[in-house]
Amino acid sequence: MIFPAVWRVLPGPAWVKALLLLLVILAIVWVLFEFVFPWVSVEFGIQDQSIETGTAP
Amino acid sequence: MPTIEQTSPSHAAPRRQSRWAAAVGLLGELLIIAGVVLGLYVVWQLFYTDIAANNTQQEVVDGLDWVAPLESVTAGEPVNVIPDNLKFDPDSAPVMEEPAFTTTFATMYVPRWGTDYVKPISEGVTRRDVLDTLGIGHYPGTGMPGELGNFAISAHRTTYGKPFNRIAELKKGDPLVIETEDAWYVYRVTEWEIVKPTQVEVIAPVPDKVGAEPDDHYITLTTCHPMYSAAERWVTHGTLEYWAPHDAGVPAEILEDAS
Repeated sequence: MIFPAVWRVLPGPAWVKALLLLLVILAIVWVLFEFVFPWVSVEFGIQDQSIETGTAP
Repeated sequence: MPTIEQTSPSHAAPRRQSRWAAAVGLLGELLIIAGVVLGLYVVWQLFYTDIAANNTQQEVVDGLDWVAPLESVTAGEPVNVIPDNLKFDPDSAPVMEEPAFTTTFATMYVPRWGTDYVKPISEGVTRRDVLDTLGIGHYPGTGMPGELGNFAISAHRTTYGKPFNRIAELKKGDPLVIETEDAWYVYRVTEWEIVKPTQVEVIAPVPDKVGAEPDDHYITLTTCHPMYSAAERWVTHGTLEYWAPHDAGVPAEILEDAS
């Protein structure tokens, strides 16, 4: 089970675990927003608006 | 609350049952994670890209020291309006060199979209480097502002700051004002069309006439259509009405709120 395992792996008392979990989630969201999602959007041609001139994707 | 270790009352095959339960539980957790990631993608695409791109585009405009101080305009302070004797014929318009890729070389004002509308225009139409971040992009190889031919630009209609969001509201005769370091160019909307993404003739020197000798100073805006789709392209054309030296003042057109 992923969620209980994550909770077990995190050190410290419950409030420290909760704080660490929050930081980990924020870090994951940041990586998704700044790197993963922009790449996915361009790579899969979602929302293209240029006409296809060769330079435009 | 004390947690109770659950033990199976059945002594037939307790281990196998718990293994099944573990597999289903794991699958459930993976599906929850997938659902959250997909939900985050929607939030990112519909909201976050607007915030990030608007910030970038505002910073770019603020960084151009020749851009007209629009704050004083919207605050109703008196500004120098370009007098009629400093409005010149399109044929004498100065044409700048095509700049390097991603260089911001102009700004655009569209009174129909509000007097506070000002967006940077940069060289290139690739998603990552220009359209997703800098806003409006200029098709390399097409005309520059004021040039005899077709000044062709592209931008998002939804998300990423959506510079061309309200393109469908443009009416015939609406001013499209381009500002460069040296000059103002006031174009007027002439027509619009909806085309397939492969119809590159819309940005030809004479729109829709491939190979024709340029006969006017055109501007062409391309964006996606329908909204939130990449199936077709909305294309708006215009022609240059006049140009003026940059230090002659501010075109009266951008002061009139037509939105």
